[in-house]
Amino acid sequence: MSNKATKGQTLSLTMRLTVGLGGLLLFGGIVLTLAAFAYGRVAARDAFDRLLVGAANTIASNISISDGQLVVDLPRSAFDLLALAPNDRIAYEVRGVNGELVTGYALDVIPDRPMTFSDMPHYFDADFFGEPARFVRTTRTFSERQFSGTVQVVVGQTILARQELAFDITKRALLGLLIGGIAVLGMALVVVRSALRPLEKIADTIRQRDPRDLTQIDQHAPKEISDMVSSLNAFMQRLEQQFDVMRNLISDTAHQLRTPVAALRAQSDFALRESDEIKRAQIVSKIHSRSLSLGRLLDQMLSRAMVIHRIESARRETLDLRDIALTLIDDGDHSLIYPDHDIHLEIGPEPILVYGDLISLTEAAKNLLSNALAHGVAPVTIGVESTNSHACIWVRDLGDGPQVELDIGDRFVRSSVSKGKSAGLGLSIAKSVADAFEGRLELVRNEAGFKISILLPLKRGNDV
Amino acid sequence: MYKVLIIWLFSVGSVVAQEATKHFGPQDAAIEIRLRTTTDIEIFAPTVVDFLSKHPDFSVHYEQWGSNDLYEKTSNECASKTPSADIVISSAVHQMVKLVNDRCAAPWNSDVSQKLMPELSWRNEIWGITSEPAVMVYNKTLVSQDQVPYTRFDLLDLLRPQDNEFAGRVATYDIEASGLGFLFAFLDSREASTFGALMEAFARSGAVATCCSSEIINGVIEGRYLIAYNVLGSYANTIAKTQSVLGIIEPQDYTLVLSRAAILPGRNANRGAGLFLEYLLSDQGQAQMSEQFLVTKSQSAFEQNEPPATATRRIIELGPALLVAEDQATVRRFNQRWHDIFSTFDR
Repeated sequence: MSNKATKGQTLSLTMRLTVGLGGLLLFGGIVLTLAAFAYGRVAARDAFDRLLVGAANTIASNISISDGQLVVDLPRSAFDLLALAPNDRIAYEVRGVNGELVTGYALDVIPDRPMTFSDMPHYFDADFFGEPARFVRTTRTFSERQFSGTVQVVVGQTILARQELAFDITKRALLGLLIGGIAVLGMALVVVRSALRPLEKIADTIRQRDPRDLTQIDQHAPKEISDMVSSLNAFMQRLEQQFDVMRNLISDTAHQLRTPVAALRAQSDFALRESDEIKRAQIVSKIHSRSLSLGRLLDQMLSRAMVIHRIESARRETLDLRDIALTLIDDGDHSLIYPDHDIHLEIGPEPILVYGDLISLTEAAKNLLSNALAHGVAPVTIGVESTNSHACIWVRDLGDGPQVELDIGDRFVRSSVSKGKSAGLGLSIAKSVADAFEGRLELVRNEAGFKISILLPLKRGNDV
Repeated sequence: MYKVLIIWLFSVGSVVAQEATKHFGPQDAAIEIRLRTTTDIEIFAPTVVDFLSKHPDFSVHYEQWGSNDLYEKTSNECASKTPSADIVISSAVHQMVKLVNDRCAAPWNSDVSQKLMPELSWRNEIWGITSEPAVMVYNKTLVSQDQVPYTRFDLLDLLRPQDNEFAGRVATYDIEASGLGFLFAFLDSREASTFGALMEAFARSGAVATCCSSEIINGVIEGRYLIAYNVLGSYANTIAKTQSVLGIIEPQDYTLVLSRAAILPGRNANRGAGLFLEYLLSDQGQAQMSEQFLVTKSQSAFEQNEPPATATRRIIELGPALLVAEDQATVRRFNQRWHDIFSTFDR
């Protein structure tokens, strides 16, 4: 409604989603990158370790014994195998039973490990001419008459190809991740856009509406938005009711004021033209009583407007009807207008609780009391009582009550209003208030007189 | 002229490790490229001169070495981290591969070197700059046309009869004296089973194992030898230009093709050496070297009546597999076998 509501925009949903998902993807991306790199390294290591051990085994299997001497027939296939890592340098050596070099590089990188007689290849990392390299040591045991013992074969290779493969695996994983991430983000944006489209439609609809058009908006929308639209519709309905009330009020007020004001003007005209002092005094007295009655009418009309407004808008609370009765007696407004009237009070010791608006209810009761004082027969009694299901605040006098029935509703109000009779207006206010708090107005005529009650649902003390 | 060079080479080469040196380009050049190679100065000089004509601010200090000495020197300098050459080019490519594997060579990245066949480079630290077939040469006047061996089997057949005319008149490399000779023989032994038979035939017929392409070819021209086996085609073709008596055959069962290997010793490449390398690998350098038969496409130009032998060419790949040819146990055993065979049939 105010400009602040539109200018205080927070981050758009699309942006929030983008930032949220982007952050998630970034975080996931970092985790996955590390995981992919770790996996890539292991995978590359395993793959090339197999080449390494394959080459070592090929060399080992080509060792033979001839005249008690080790003969190493270095197979080209071993080197072809290692050449699958095309840019890596190759280290190899074959050592005899006593660790003496038979052939190859005299590698001084071999960890001092006791020779085991198992055939399990032993992998280790070391430098080869200052470059990091991966090595494997395998053994082959001879038990011949002329030669007995374990021969070691060590084969190593620099790790360029491993790094390249690991990097490649990581790169591929990241590429997949990137494509997936972009796809997820894109889809999310599309989904958000399509989800928000009904909102935009509603906004457009409202924007293009005539300001006085408070009819219902088409509720055909996804559930979440449909909820919002129905609240919006409910809000507009209340607004329309308020409008109606105001319209009625304005037209009623105009209508009601016109007659008494016209009468006043006519009588004041008479008064101006009347030369006879006595007659003029009579006319002035009439004007006075007219204006008193007009004042009362105005009071009630404003009271009605206020009550109707409050019914629509005021917060409801739990209250004790006895307080209302006491307030009316204590205020003593009536004693100014009807100083010769006594008012009796009939209330019990127990609180009688209802759920409603204190001011509206007080106003309603006050109107009933005023009616009784103005039109009824003294003494007037105001009381509060409760039945099983209802709380009740009532006003009783000894007269016959008004000549109209209450169930005529608005027309009753209008007619009473148009006649400038404030009694009908007071009843109308009481009825509106009773209706608003799920209660009703009850009229009883009997030998005890006329009793008018506002019945409201009783709120049990333990419900508080 | 060639004879003169050879005599001169021998008079020098026997006493010091380097066989010959020569300086190309201005003495006061800004950058001197120290080149060590097994290639004869005579053959490689035009290429160096052509390079210097493009880069006048460079000079080249050319040292010609025997392959084994060159390897030993470079390896020692690598171990002591005092490389004294900027570029080393050797026909004993297995030794160069070993140097690369021992982290004695610096990488050099350039577009030109990446154009090279993948088999002819490794780690961006070694490059095959030539293509020279291992050929058989024969004396055209002494070997009749129907005797000319086109394959190793033909050669075996020639040597098979007892007391044939080729006894004692077939020459090949002494594999212990020449790194290249060892490599050819070793690769032969891996390539085909004929090699065992061939070695025995050589030994039985009293073949001569001697050093150096030039000496062997010269022997054929002079008639001391009738046929020489596993001679570098580049030398043979160069000499055949002036000596029409020399016949050249690329064996048709298979022909090993050597690509001389260049490395840039040390941890960091010398820029001048890198540029020289790029020149050698460029179309211009290749064209220049093809004039000295260092780069050949297929069958030699002098045997055009024979079908092209591209399919039977086996390029010697510059890769870690060549480490086998440098393995001390393998070398020892191979040499032992060579010795054994030749001593069994000692004349």
